[in-house]
Amino acid sequence: MKITKQLFAGIALMAFSLGTAYADYTLNLMKGVTEQSNEIYDLHMLILWICVFIGIAVFGTMFYSIYHHRKSKGHEAAQFHESTKVEIIWTIIPTVILISMAIPATKTLLTLDDVENSEMTIKVTGWQWKWQYEYLDEEPSFFSTLDAASNEARQVGSGIDPTTVPNYLLDVDKPLVVPIKTKIRFLFTAGDVLHSWWVPDLGWKKDTIPGFFTEAWTYIDKPGVYRGQCAELCGKDHGFMPIVVVALEKDEYDEWLDNYPDNGAASYPDGTWAAQAACAGSECTKDELMQIGETVYTNNCASCHMPGGEGIAGTFPAISGSPIVTGDIAGQIGLMLKGKGMMPAFEQSISDLEFAAVVTYTRNALGNNVGDLVQPAEIAAMKSK
Amino acid sequence: MSAVVTEHDDHHDHGPEKGLLRWVFTTNHKDIGTLYLVFALAMFFVGGTMALIIRSELFQPGMQFVEPQFFNSMTTMHALVMVFGAVMPAFVGLANWMIPMMIGAPDMALPRMNNMSFWVLVAGVLLLASTLFMEGGAPASGWTLYPPLVLQTGNALPFAIFSVHLLGISSIMGAINIIATIFNMRAPGMTLMKMPLFVWTWLITAFLLIAVMPVFAGGVTMLLTDKFFDTSFFDAAGGGDPVLYQHIFWFFGHPEVYIMILPTFGVASTIIPVFARKPLFGYSSMVIATIGIAFLSFIVWSHHMFTVGMPMAGELYFMYATMMIAIPTGVKIFNWTATMWKGSMTFETPMLFSIAFVVLFTLGGFTGLMMALAPLDFQYHDTYFIVAHFHYTLVPASIFILQAAAYYWLPKWTGHMYNEKLAQLHFWLSAISVNILFFPQHFLGLAGMPRRIPDYAVQFADWNMISSIGAFIYGFSQLIFLYIVIQTIRQGTGEKVTDEVWEDAKKHGLEWHLPSPPPYHTFTTPPKVIPTEHI
Ligand code: HEM
Ligand SMILES: [Cu+2]
Ligand SMILES: [Cu+2]
Repeated sequence: MKITKQLFAGIALMAFSLGTAYADYTLNLMKGVTEQSNEIYDLHMLILWICVFIGIAVFGTMFYSIYHHRKSKGHEAAQFHESTKVEIIWTIIPTVILISMAIPATKTLLTLDDVENSEMTIKVTGWQWKWQYEYLDEEPSFFSTLDAASNEARQVGSGIDPTTVPNYLLDVDKPLVVPIKTKIRFLFTAGDVLHSWWVPDLGWKKDTIPGFFTEAWTYIDKPGVYRGQCAELCGKDHGFMPIVVVALEKDEYDEWLDNYPDNGAASYPDGTWAAQAACAGSECTKDELMQIGETVYTNNCASCHMPGGEGIAGTFPAISGSPIVTGDIAGQIGLMLKGKGMMPAFEQSISDLEFAAVVTYTRNALGNNVGDLVQPAEIAAMKSK
Repeated sequence: MSAVVTEHDDHHDHGPEKGLLRWVFTTNHKDIGTLYLVFALAMFFVGGTMALIIRSELFQPGMQFVEPQFFNSMTTMHALVMVFGAVMPAFVGLANWMIPMMIGAPDMALPRMNNMSFWVLVAGVLLLASTLFMEGGAPASGWTLYPPLVLQTGNALPFAIFSVHLLGISSIMGAINIIATIFNMRAPGMTLMKMPLFVWTWLITAFLLIAVMPVFAGGVTMLLTDKFFDTSFFDAAGGGDPVLYQHIFWFFGHPEVYIMILPTFGVASTIIPVFARKPLFGYSSMVIATIGIAFLSFIVWSHHMFTVGMPMAGELYFMYATMMIAIPTGVKIFNWTATMWKGSMTFETPMLFSIAFVVLFTLGGFTGLMMALAPLDFQYHDTYFIVAHFHYTLVPASIFILQAAAYYWLPKWTGHMYNEKLAQLHFWLSAISVNILFFPQHFLGLAGMPRRIPDYAVQFADWNMISSIGAFIYGFSQLIFLYIVIQTIRQGTGEKVTDEVWEDAKKHGLEWHLPSPPPYHTFTTPPKVIPTEHI
């Protein structure tokens, strides 16, 4: 018995001393930055306190009994074994409590559902493993993936301490930029499997379903950066497709919109962006393709086929020396367009330029040296077939 | 009352066959019960090892040990092994041992089918486990097997689906056997409303099994044809709908969680009165509440799908229906409390586990109620809050009660007393560590950590580390249980136990009128007196 006591004391000490390691944790739901999220928070607290109250009553009775009605204290057992009166009482009281919970819950639910009178609409598509944002009626349309620093640190055995990476796993290359004090409607769908778009500060999550649309809305009160994650298991990198929403004052948002797309691509490494601009709309040189291709590979392929192209034996084939990558180029393009097994189809999820670039890159880097290249126009032609 | 038995050890009472074949061909309910229990215990350790792999990876932020794909296989296989390999078979094992002895029957009604359902179970679980070694790895889409993701599984997919078929067949055969036994084999005088609650809850559970296992089998078969025979039940491109699968799955899945908890309720209702030295409070309301819960469990399934974008009417209906489950569940908790009230309690290990069950299951019920409110579930859904909820309803509930049952009946089964001191150590270690393990997961979920992720942002680090520490303490504490069980089977404390084992247990159940251990065949002539203290 003494040993167990020491053990527990040790664990308790350990548990508390851990608290100093990272101060940044929270225990409770966050209030969030919308009326909806605040309403949900208040409802959550109400129910929580009701549960605490019931818990104290039930456990209090039980522990009173455990303490006083024990044989070692010489307590004689009573022999009652039913009482219609109390049984009716403890059926009716919970029913009343439940009804009093259902009323505010219904109210909140109804407001959450009301997408009418929205001022703008953003279409969100979930892909393995990134988010696509299309501003309907406006120009911006782009993909948002895990930022490079987190991506590097999160590889098995990377040796990088996650605490040194700012916003580890909660940062993206291109955030979703929205105005505050605007009723925004979201249209959700998915390109491959189920995902779920969740930013706790907005108060809700919504599943994205291939072939179907779901919708939700928000109205953000405060400018800020709000982070979330995919909440529905979507395969290998489900844990690595965060969401970042940047909420700007209306005038700042308009400025951002005016300057799109130049600023939209700001997080591409400089050279890549220059190369992309250089060959847009015309023939690309091999160097340009290779440069863009490297970025595309890192963002889209490296998570399975590994940054060095060596793959994972038994699960993800190597790119280096692959008979498909070193074989007929049309075969490789076909496979990448349609996907295969766990490999997603890239037909819609990357642009023709990015597609051409990554094909060229894989054939001439990562230990391969086939020598050929493919132009975006040829990809477009193959897609239409 | 003690003159009940005596007549059964007559001329043709033969013992078991000798050797290994005894276990392969046995049709004896006690042997088959033992097989189920031993198999379940083994799978508990297999599933537990997977859980420790998960918790090791989550000990710290960053990826240390396993690839994300394998991590997902572990969460998937952990759940499938625990549900279909450990908890469900363990309760079937208890049913095999105890139902005939509790209702005064000589054996199960369909002994050959009984043997077959056990071996089909073993085949199903082995087939499932073999997928770990297949190209593409074991299924990694969560135990819910949602399409389209599940269709990306490698070679393992058809094997996993066939294994679900086998497990379903095994469960259905077991359920038919239990229903047939209870309806046809009760001793004279053992009316339905005199049956111990364990028998009642299993009767209802068996109906649930028969109702929902075929639905699940149908759902996974549709996955199979979608993948290999060009149908598109769940593929929008062919006119199907991925959400249809979720409806099918949860129409099975929600009753399934009650399949794991109703027999738990039954055992708790059996143990608590014995150690409170009082009749069970509200026997008939317990029976009615069980039937009520079972009925409600069929009409609440979409509370697992509040975020798929159901129409408002659907959201409201499923919210109200789910909240109603709290009423019969509450009745049970109040009844157990009232059973203890003004009793004369002692706290042997079975009672300790049962009390911990009542308290900790109630916590799981509270979080269940919170999640039943659809707008709140928009935040909670698919986070660690859910993980905390269902582990509170499964580990310190179903698992605790299974272990309570083992301590309660092992002396009867083996004729040896277990080591009470060690058992109490096992209890305290389990009860404390299970909270270190799961309580912080409430915080994680509320703070925004999604479930089923192999790595997390650094603000989640503290509670994950504490949770992992709890997991290791809990996991290794279970080795004490294993040791106690083996020791008790061998010779226990050496002290010879009485027929009754627990003070006045004879008043509560027929099994305590039999010798400890009971002879190979019991109640070949029916008992004359039916104990009614539990009513
Ligand atoms: C008062 C009773 C209960 C209520 C109101 C309740 C409610 C719920 C709700 C609403 C969810 C869905 C949460 C979500 O995914 O967002 C859920 C999940 C779950 N519950 Fe309960 N529950 C109750 C009791 C139980 C019991 C007794 C068990 C098992 C023995 C159980 C096992 C589960 C499991 C396994 C899940 C998660 C399934 C998954 O997504 O993998 N619950 N519960
Ligand atoms: Cu995901
Ligand atoms: Cu449910």
